[in-house]
Amino acid sequence: MAVRREETRTTVDRYPGRVRVNHWITAISLILLAISGAALFHPTLFFLSSLFGSGSNARMIHPWIGVVLLASFAVLFIQMVRHNFWTRTDTQWIRHVGDAMSGHDERLPEVGKYNGGQKLVFWMMALLIIILFASGIMIWFEYFGGTFTIEQQRFGHIVHALAAVAMLLVVIVHIYAGFYVRGTISAMTEGKVTGGWAYRHHRLWLRKEAREGVIDERQTPPGHGFSRPAE
Amino acid sequence: MAGLQSQDFARISATNFRPPDVRHDFEVAKLIDVSKCIGCKACQAACLQWNDLREEIGFNTGVFDNPHDLTPHSWTVMRFTEWENPQSGNLEWLIRKDGCMHCADPGCLKACPSPGAIVQYNNGIVDFISENCIGCGYCVKGCPFNIPRINQADHKAYKCTLCSDRVAVGQAPACAKACPTGAIVFGTKQAMLDHARTRITDLKSRGFQNAGIYDPPGVGGTHVMYVLHHADQPQLYAGLPQNPRISPVVELWKGVTKYAGLAAVGFAAAFAFVHATVARRNDVSRAEDREAEHVIDEEAARGRQA
Repeated sequence: MAVRREETRTTVDRYPGRVRVNHWITAISLILLAISGAALFHPTLFFLSSLFGSGSNARMIHPWIGVVLLASFAVLFIQMVRHNFWTRTDTQWIRHVGDAMSGHDERLPEVGKYNGGQKLVFWMMALLIIILFASGIMIWFEYFGGTFTIEQQRFGHIVHALAAVAMLLVVIVHIYAGFYVRGTISAMTEGKVTGGWAYRHHRLWLRKEAREGVIDERQTPPGHGFSRPAE
Repeated sequence: MAGLQSQDFARISATNFRPPDVRHDFEVAKLIDVSKCIGCKACQAACLQWNDLREEIGFNTGVFDNPHDLTPHSWTVMRFTEWENPQSGNLEWLIRKDGCMHCADPGCLKACPSPGAIVQYNNGIVDFISENCIGCGYCVKGCPFNIPRINQADHKAYKCTLCSDRVAVGQAPACAKACPTGAIVFGTKQAMLDHARTRITDLKSRGFQNAGIYDPPGVGGTHVMYVLHHADQPQLYAGLPQNPRISPVVELWKGVTKYAGLAAVGFAAAFAFVHATVARRNDVSRAEDREAEHVIDEEAARGRQA
């Protein structure tokens, strides 16, 4: 993790390959779960099950994708949790969420690797995935149909449905924030963001990364003397 | 949509369109007179035979119930209860032929997510159309009587069809045909209600003051009805529910949640699109790129000092 002075721009490393791969496993699982789940949730969306071959296939594969999601998110959680503990700044940031949504980031407090909104998404996802997995087990009829009483399974269904709706709302916030805040997506595709992006959105994090070292990747460094390779 | 009476649907699971109803039919019903039942299990045998089913060889646990519960192969099962009547001091042997009640408001159909996997014909029969069944087990949770069973070999739900194939060609269900005492009779719902009334009069005249018909209104009435000697206490008969209705949890899940959930997600997605169109662009300015360089220089210098 470092700040890199490249030929035409400065970048900051945000996610190493292992986090990116894990993120996309989680993301793809989530999308497949949303599609197969939606097919069983509302008759109008049942046609989505044909993307999995048939309704039976969608019913069969949905819980297994859930297992994949739980596993990949568990690792993602371990990889990210230390940056997601709540601070007073996050509360302040949440109060100013309107400024974030209207592109006035200059009115927001300086934040570290994650802002309050991102942390909220992180914890909501963690909580909802636990709820969805637990209630999902209750309604996984093939293997657990005999483990839980019918009344418990009914309860599992309503909890699973409500949690899934909440999850989709969180996912919409997450995906849209990635698109709306320009320059964000490269964090999960290339693993790095521009220096300007880090300055605008995560200044404390930029400061910390810069203190830890600036790598000069230019072929011919200009003679200002400010950029020696770190370490 | 495959069905044995293809134009005769009153309801079709998981569909928004109104089913075709060019033909209309009498509502049919099967009446099971518990007071006439001798527990011979001819109905069970007839059911297996007509539907070409084979039950696994079971084991004896000291009760007459055989098999011990409904299974994907046994769509009907006689449940035996020994009950000491506190008023008369008599030991009463209550035998109830359990199976699908063919509710007018079927919980299985309401819960089913697969279009056309559960249908209700205009004659009132609730039928599972196996080719559309996806084996999710939602019907099991929708049913207020705990009737459907999933076969784990083919992942399809099974239950009594009320011999919809026989009824379609003017025959009575196999169990009714086989019953040696006439405890199971079949006809139009009205005829069965009329017949039940004569049976109840008879039972009352013989001292069963609480004799009555079991046609529970909580599920809109059923197309399988019982004549009970103790209609005031249906739970005596191996837990026949007093006032069955589709679970409020299922109603909530398949009712408002289904629409509100879709609306919430749709609204959020729409909001995102509108926001993307009208909101001030959130992009990094050139000034911020330059500021970033200053900050990086400053902090890098600080880092080297430390």
